[in-house]
Amino acid sequence: MGNILALCEFNGPTLRSSALANLAFARAAATAHGGEVIALLVGAGAQAASADAAKYAPKVIVVEDAGLAHYLAETYAPIVARLANENGATVVSATATAQGKDLLPRVAALLDAGMASDIASMTAKDTFVRPILSGNALSTVQISTPIVCVTVRQTEFEPATELGSAGAVTTAAAGAIDALGATFDRLDAQKSDRPDLGDAKVVVSGGRGMKTGENFKVLEELADLLGAAMGASRAATDAGMVPADWQVGQTGKIVAPNLYFAVAISGAIQHLAGMKGSKTIVAINKNKDEPIFQVADYGLVAEWEKAIPELISEIKKLKASR
Amino acid sequence: MKILVPVKRVPDPTQKAKIKDGHIDLTGASWIVNTFDEYAVETALRLLENGADGTRAAGEIIVVSIGPEDAAKEIRTTLAMGADRAIHVVTKDSEIDALVVVKVLQSIIAAEKPDLVVMGKQAVDGDANQVGQMLAGKLGWAQATFAATLELAGDKKSLLVGREVDGGVEYKRVPVPSVITVDLRIVGSKSVKNGITPESHNYSGEGARLPSLKGIMAAKKKPMVTGKLGDYGAEAAPVIKELSVTLPPPRAAGQIVADVPTLVKKLADEAKAL
Ligand SMILES: Cc1cc2nc3c(=O)[nH]c(=O)nc-3n(C[C@H](O)[C@H](O)[C@H](O)COP(=O)(O)OP(=O)(O)OC[C@H]3O[C@@H](n4cnc5c(N)ncnc54)[C@H](O)[C@@H]3O)c2cc1C
Ligand SMILES: Nc1ncnc2c1ncn2[C@@H]1O[C@H](COP(=O)(O)O)[C@@H](O)[C@H]1O
Repeated sequence: MGNILALCEFNGPTLRSSALANLAFARAAATAHGGEVIALLVGAGAQAASADAAKYAPKVIVVEDAGLAHYLAETYAPIVARLANENGATVVSATATAQGKDLLPRVAALLDAGMASDIASMTAKDTFVRPILSGNALSTVQISTPIVCVTVRQTEFEPATELGSAGAVTTAAAGAIDALGATFDRLDAQKSDRPDLGDAKVVVSGGRGMKTGENFKVLEELADLLGAAMGASRAATDAGMVPADWQVGQTGKIVAPNLYFAVAISGAIQHLAGMKGSKTIVAINKNKDEPIFQVADYGLVAEWEKAIPELISEIKKLKASR
Repeated sequence: MKILVPVKRVPDPTQKAKIKDGHIDLTGASWIVNTFDEYAVETALRLLENGADGTRAAGEIIVVSIGPEDAAKEIRTTLAMGADRAIHVVTKDSEIDALVVVKVLQSIIAAEKPDLVVMGKQAVDGDANQVGQMLAGKLGWAQATFAATLELAGDKKSLLVGREVDGGVEYKRVPVPSVITVDLRIVGSKSVKNGITPESHNYSGEGARLPSLKGIMAAKKKPMVTGKLGDYGAEAAPVIKELSVTLPPPRAAGQIVADVPTLVKKLADEAKAL
């Protein structure tokens, strides 16, 4: 018997969509462990988001404190570890977001827990499948510590659905807060009206072959026509053509939309690691020998300068005909 | 400033993965220094040196690697890049996991008392992305993971770290000592500011520096201490056991389409994606 402490990130009064993947995992884990799901919300605004969390979990714990105005792994980790112990958790989980990846291993260290990162599935209560070698292989690992820490890959878990009745919300004290000398300085936020890369149904990505940031405008037009998120290769983000948080790949975002456009992207394994799970992949590249064509369902050998405007007008025609 | 850089040697990720007896077959594999660790060595060098004239401020860069005997070759590569000395804890890769590595690093840190630990954010064999955060947690030190930029304060007592997070770049200040894990863009032309390298200096290239011939010669004489897990209070008792490895199912073969109208038609009718 053991409970699942599922760390949930939120955005204003609602959970981030990424948290729903974690809650879906947590439900399956709770069944395997014979315990219940406890959603944990930590930080400024946690109380306000607790009602939304209660739709998905039978129990919600809120930790809000003036000393937690900004996320810091140093201050959050001891809280999560303590609550794991106090609530009989045998699994502590988070989604493999920037925050989940930063925080959970630190929690694991405090709990002496073995950890499985970025899991794709759970095959037994202590056994997990996770991609290794840049997504070139899948490893099944068994972890033998009494408490196990897990981050889940958002694209591999269907979002949790609402429960019939609202869960019970309780608050917990933060306890002594010590940032160990670390301070939050600022966040240079990248604002966008487009859907989140992580859960967009369509993603349009551009690579080095786009040559300049200005040239991405035409891809953005395509994206907006399709309600898509924008993505990019490392080469395009490194060159400063587009914001770094557009990067798709092993070290960027992992995406698995219904439809993925790779435009002027060669298809290096690190890029493929981030988008191979997409349902339909379209590659547009002027060089027919590029590896991107090996994963593409539909390949078009063409220069984007010509192909993308034509694609936009053909899609407009299609939409008009419906 | 004394900087400790943990480095791991990993199979070159561009090789095709092969399976034998349910695990990755590494016979005949080619090996590299984990790319992010190479970036960490580069970062440590940039923290200490004047990039414009190649002189180095007082300080020391110690690389530490826990891995098989053969890994000595990759460790030498980091010495050839410019690290000063190495500690090689010899063990089989199957005998270690993140917690074992952390235990060894903790004991080395207790003895060496570095001002900073700079390491890769992830080893591209297991892609775990754990050791840095776990180490910081165990040490009770602050951490700055996924560093894309670093700025050493004038008094050398803290660093301002730019971290790429969901939705933007977060700037976090961490004291000395702390653990920093580096991301790709740390090797950008102006990503590391140490107050010595002139602001106008641009580092070139997209990655870490290649060892120079002089560096390779010098590396042969640099000290490399070897030891065993037991010498560092650790034992071969991993809590994570790999039961099996499989290759993901290949994607069904795709098709090359002749032109844009055909593409749109197929996306709409065949893939039902539009
Ligand atoms: C440790 C590590 C981690 C990495 N992580 C990532 C990651 O997360 N994501 C990522 O993307 N990369 C990552 N990379 C980088 C990766 O290896 C490649 O370097 C990168 O993906 C290349 O980007 P690209 O395809 O845009 O550029 P290139 O490989 O230069 O390809 C450009 C393409 O554009 C095409 N092209 C040029 N002009 C035109 C035109 N007019 N019309 C049509 N096509 C044109 C060319 O034929 C070519 O295929 C990582 C690398 C390392 C070492
Ligand atoms: N066996 C090892 N020896 C030295 N450093 C390691 C070892 N394993 C991991 N590391 C360090 O920890 C970082 C993160 O590794 P991982 O958590 O395994 O993805 C790497 O980039 C290295 O800096």
